[in-house]
Amino acid sequence: MVYFALLLLFIISYSFYYFGKSRALKIKFTSNQKLASLPDYYGYFLVLVVFLPSLLIWFILLLYKSNFQEIYVMSPSLFPDMAQWSDAKFGLIMNKISNLALIVNIPEADLLKGQTSLLNMSSESELIAARNLASFDNIYDWSIVIVFILLPVILGLSISRFINQKLNVQPIVEKIIINIIRLSSLVAILVTFGIFFSLIFEAIKFFQYVNLFDFFFNTSWNPNRAWVISSGETVDPEILKDAFGWVPLLTGTLLVGSVAMFVAIPLGLASAIYLAEYASTKVRDIAKPIIEILAGIPTVVYGFFAALTLAPMLKNFGDSVGIDISAESALAAGLAMGVMIIPFVSSLSDDVIRSVPNSLRDGSYALGATKSETIKKVILPAALPGIMGSVLLAISRAIGETMIVVMAASLRANLTFNPLEPATTITTQIVTALIGDVEFENPKTLVAFALGLSLFVMTLILNIIAITIVRKYREKYD
Amino acid sequence: MTNIKKRLNSERRFKFYGQLGVFLSLLFVTLLMLKIFTTGSGAFFRTTIEADVFFDPAIMKVDKNSSDKEIERASFEALADSVVNNNFKNLSEDEFIKVREMFTRRFDYQLRDYFLNNKNDFNKTVKMNITASSDLDQIVKGNYPRNVPESQRKINDYQLAILDDLTQQDRIGSTFNFWFFTNGDSRDPETAGIWGAIMGSFYALMVCLAFAFPIGLFASVYLEEYTKPGKITDLIEVNINNLAAVPSIVFGLLGLGMLIGVFNMPFQVPLVGGLTLGFMTLPTIIIACRSSLRAVPPSIRHGALALGATKTQTTFHHVVPLALPGTLTGTIIGMAQALGETAPLLMVGMVAFVMEIPGGPLDPATGLPSQIYLWSESAERGFIEKTSAGIMLLLLFLIVMNLTAVLIRRKVEVKW
Repeated sequence: MVYFALLLLFIISYSFYYFGKSRALKIKFTSNQKLASLPDYYGYFLVLVVFLPSLLIWFILLLYKSNFQEIYVMSPSLFPDMAQWSDAKFGLIMNKISNLALIVNIPEADLLKGQTSLLNMSSESELIAARNLASFDNIYDWSIVIVFILLPVILGLSISRFINQKLNVQPIVEKIIINIIRLSSLVAILVTFGIFFSLIFEAIKFFQYVNLFDFFFNTSWNPNRAWVISSGETVDPEILKDAFGWVPLLTGTLLVGSVAMFVAIPLGLASAIYLAEYASTKVRDIAKPIIEILAGIPTVVYGFFAALTLAPMLKNFGDSVGIDISAESALAAGLAMGVMIIPFVSSLSDDVIRSVPNSLRDGSYALGATKSETIKKVILPAALPGIMGSVLLAISRAIGETMIVVMAASLRANLTFNPLEPATTITTQIVTALIGDVEFENPKTLVAFALGLSLFVMTLILNIIAITIVRKYREKYD
Repeated sequence: MTNIKKRLNSERRFKFYGQLGVFLSLLFVTLLMLKIFTTGSGAFFRTTIEADVFFDPAIMKVDKNSSDKEIERASFEALADSVVNNNFKNLSEDEFIKVREMFTRRFDYQLRDYFLNNKNDFNKTVKMNITASSDLDQIVKGNYPRNVPESQRKINDYQLAILDDLTQQDRIGSTFNFWFFTNGDSRDPETAGIWGAIMGSFYALMVCLAFAFPIGLFASVYLEEYTKPGKITDLIEVNINNLAAVPSIVFGLLGLGMLIGVFNMPFQVPLVGGLTLGFMTLPTIIIACRSSLRAVPPSIRHGALALGATKTQTTFHHVVPLALPGTLTGTIIGMAQALGETAPLLMVGMVAFVMEIPGGPLDPATGLPSQIYLWSESAERGFIEKTSAGIMLLLLFLIVMNLTAVLIRRKVEVKW
């Protein structure tokens, strides 16, 4: 029904365009005077007046639906002891009531067995609340219909009375439009602020449980220790002293990342040099998009490939030559990640190498250098800053990569620099912390935000350096 | 002379390294695709066992005059058991359980669905192809080894003997697996389908589009047309470039901390997933829109302004329509990126076991990539081919989207 009403809102807004325009034209012809604005603008004016408030009110209704619901359903007169309930109990009862609301209005004969027993198990006040909830959905749907149909019609009709030949609507319309697009560009900044503040606030909550120093310098990672804590309880910091040590995650991330770069840098760079300097345009036109496919394949596919094919293959290979390779080794995840990152290195390096001016090449050839000597001694040194930039961007990609390591790397922290052993990463632990129950008052959930913050800062620094290097390089030759 | 030879050799070697690099990269693409396609193609077919089904009035609680609703609510469990007993005579209780395990657990649903459409078969015997259990299916497809000790097999010796018997009687068949395309998720691989996940992803992408496209377009119009270069514009520009390189999991944390934590939005729904993906694609769209706005030559703007158009008229009547194909290309590529993204969906809870097909952006759902992740984590052997088949579908969608973008770029985009 909501989507139907939304469609109607569009139709109503659209018809008000013609209504406004025809009204303006009618005034023009009956009074035989010139209009202050073009007739189209009276149409636009009505559309904006009709459309924007409805949309705004709808967003508010949508955002706070659950709040409205709770206020309407959970009145203290039904549940006198409501003030003492914990959040968990509140959620449970709310859940039960919403299950009840689905069946409370069905005649008893049509009910399934489980549903009847659920009805019999519920108290009278719960049943009343469930009936309220069932009627709330009705009220809510109708209020949306009113917002989408009645409100715009009333607004449009009443404001259209103000249209006369002296009302200059063009500046008003343009001002509204400029403000809309100004607000839109603010959203991009708001997203950054949103990331920053949601990470910071939750991380601060985390550091009320865990010492900052313990987090960054402790070498043991056992988040299971926090499982004994129930939400909101104050805890002895000694329990959590050895629970959240960041160091093994960092080394694991760097280990997997190094394996990836070990694959991606030589392959990516070699491809970039070949495609930029040696290949004919025909080969280039075919090979470059195919290599770029590697970057377009969703990472969950690489993760599946690494976990299902690569890891067992490596393990069998290790067994046959007598090396012990873990089934969750950093090697398997790193290799898959390396393949994924090849195009990040090759594409950007390719652009950078091609932007080295031809005069440098010609100069080198004129001195008798071969092609490979020119590339090694002239072009690569000239392109080095740009290549560095692309490598840094690739590293930041590798650090933030999630699905491959979640699926192929280990969950257990292991302080090691041996790629054949299992290792875990920052992103893996973020996912593990948030799968299952999310409790915003428990360090085992909050740690995800602290880890996210460290990840955000690390990648941000890498990106800023990389972007600055690449930009400086471009200025040098452009 | 030797010196020149050495130099030429090193030249050749260097070129070879380059070729090797390209070759290996291309090899990886091929290998990956090959692996996915070979493991995934099996999922499009399911093994069936032919059985005589007698719609026995003595067992069924409904008859052909019952309304559809009554039939939907009736239990066909007893009828399914009778089918097993009739087709395999003289089974002991233990043997009965083993034979029943060879059929899908949704046996009774299949009978019910058949009866709903063929009520006239009441009190008659018909030959039906009943779906086999996933373990049997895997044995028939050859994905499970047969020649291992019984304790390491999901199908025991007794069931294998019956299977061979049935194969000899030509009663083992294979049909196209429609369920894979029409069902939601299931605990049993043979009945699990991808449609719920596709709809979940669809709603999430629609929300993402409705959020990111207008805002991205307006923001780039503002940055390109209305601001003069200065500190604030620089700040926004640096900010957008950095945002484009923030790991996707951090956007997931934003969705969790902000939308769910602060604004109290529900968990697991495509609305929140879509908004999170929207935050993530916003910088991609802004960057694409800006470059296509920048490509519109200034002479167009000057022409419009010279004829007395206001700034807003110039922008929205002339510049934006000319830049629209380019912005569409960028948006489609951004959407393709969002479709393949898993980590943000994981953060906002779109990885639960959801059997129902979501009917809107406020119903609990999974997305296509998160469904793939869920299946890949599942222990049952039958889910491996489902995972690969899911990946094939995902890749197909991505290819279609990217091809559309390329087509728009080739055919519609205005070249200056």
